[in-house]
Amino acid sequence: MHEQSNRTPVLQFRDVCLTYHTKTGETLAAQSMSFSVYEGEFIAVIGPSGCGKTTVLSLAAGLLKPSAGEILVYGKKPRRGADCFGYMLQKDELFPWRTVEENIFLPLEIQHNRSPEAASKALSLAEKYGLGGFLKHYPDQLSGGMRQRAALIRTLAAQPNILLLDEPFSALDYQTRLTVCDDVYNIIREEKKTALLVTHDISEAISVADRVFVLSARPARVIASHTLGFGGTVPLKRRESPQFSGWFETLWKELNL
Amino acid sequence: MKQMTTCSLEHKKYLLNRKKETAIVQIARFGLLLALLGIWELIAALQWVDPFILSSPSRIGKMIASLASDGSLFYHIGTTLWETLLGFAIAVVLGTAIALALWWSERARRILEPYIVVLNSLPKIALGPVIIIWFGTGSAAIVFMTVLVGIIVATMNMLGGFLATDPNKILLLESMGASKRQILTKLVIPSALPDFIGMLKICVGMAWIGSIMGEYIVSKAGLGYLIVYGGQVFRLDLVMAATAILCVLAAGMYALVALAERLLVKK
Repeated sequence: MHEQSNRTPVLQFRDVCLTYHTKTGETLAAQSMSFSVYEGEFIAVIGPSGCGKTTVLSLAAGLLKPSAGEILVYGKKPRRGADCFGYMLQKDELFPWRTVEENIFLPLEIQHNRSPEAASKALSLAEKYGLGGFLKHYPDQLSGGMRQRAALIRTLAAQPNILLLDEPFSALDYQTRLTVCDDVYNIIREEKKTALLVTHDISEAISVADRVFVLSARPARVIASHTLGFGGTVPLKRRESPQFSGWFETLWKELNL
Repeated sequence: MKQMTTCSLEHKKYLLNRKKETAIVQIARFGLLLALLGIWELIAALQWVDPFILSSPSRIGKMIASLASDGSLFYHIGTTLWETLLGFAIAVVLGTAIALALWWSERARRILEPYIVVLNSLPKIALGPVIIIWFGTGSAAIVFMTVLVGIIVATMNMLGGFLATDPNKILLLESMGASKRQILTKLVIPSALPDFIGMLKICVGMAWIGSIMGEYIVSKAGLGYLIVYGGQVFRLDLVMAATAILCVLAAGMYALVALAERLLVKK
């Protein structure tokens, strides 16, 4: 379903290298990293721990500048905090002194977007995804799953085209993680967003992604890209499917090369 | 918190027990005070220790009444209170402002670090003579001493609070394209509110240290003046009376800050 050759990628890494400088020395975090992400795709990036998965997201969002190579977003260089990106972190990072509603409006405030359309769009998202009754609540009155959902709605409020997800489920307990994973997957599909998810959890990657990129140990580069071919099957159903364990084995082997 | 509409018998019993426990604590607190005062009074009345040296609660009470009757009590309280509050306010405002500037500029922070460390360790009373020469023998010198004692603590506490801002939340705002100013106003300042309240509590104590210390060095009025004067002329009743009033005032100011905390910190 993704005939990639005749479309321009929404996000492209071309031979990207990144070096970190600290007092004690320099670390090559990424070396000639190349990949392309196309409109509407759900990409999972997996790699051995400490390989710099998060770095990929920071580079894409323009928070880090590559030492060499080129990153293109819709064919152009990204600028810091470009509004086509929405970033979602491991913890929900909701501000406890703001109500759910005020949290959801945060990106609009930052971008000085005070238009009533943007506000009503954000509110309708909250309504649509079951947060309507909780808008005046404070985050600590919500369950872990609801908080993560509120964080996703906040991310979507600025109407980004590309979502960058940094292990967004790993702070949740196992049962909640599975349901929230389904939840987030469905919302992202329904809103037709492109998503780039980094995770250390192989089964999570298989259960949500259209394609999986495997990173090598540091310095990170993409050593494999797999099209999973599950189509629109939801995460929980994928976990039950016969292909699931096959993919798991393949990816497991590649990670432990 | 959600209120239970119905509650079981067991829960009622639990609540009752808790109420009982609180009542016992409060009665014991008050009783302890009464007992201490009673023993003190008794020792003085039985002349076990010369009440001229020990004073006694009743003598302190009489002293306070006589100071109140000629109005000088309120004059002294007013003087000290005014100096303390003004010094407290200046220390808090300036300290917070300096902390904000130091949060903003890492370079300034690194440059000023040794100065702050030295100023923090320096016993401020060592500057007494300098303060008298620069600010004279009036209230200005005492207010300055109060500011001096409080400002470094205020700065260090607030800077600590600002720097402890969750780096992930900063990352989140940066990813939304927030400017440094937006990060400051939307995140750093609101998340440091508990540190601000904590700093106020510490600074209340510091302000009283500063103003009383200032009055010890140089003053013509105030509770610190009464204490020093009472000591010099060997009127322990006066010393104790002024100290007792000081206790009440300091507790009252702390209670005000605690009230502000309840109103400001919702979560």
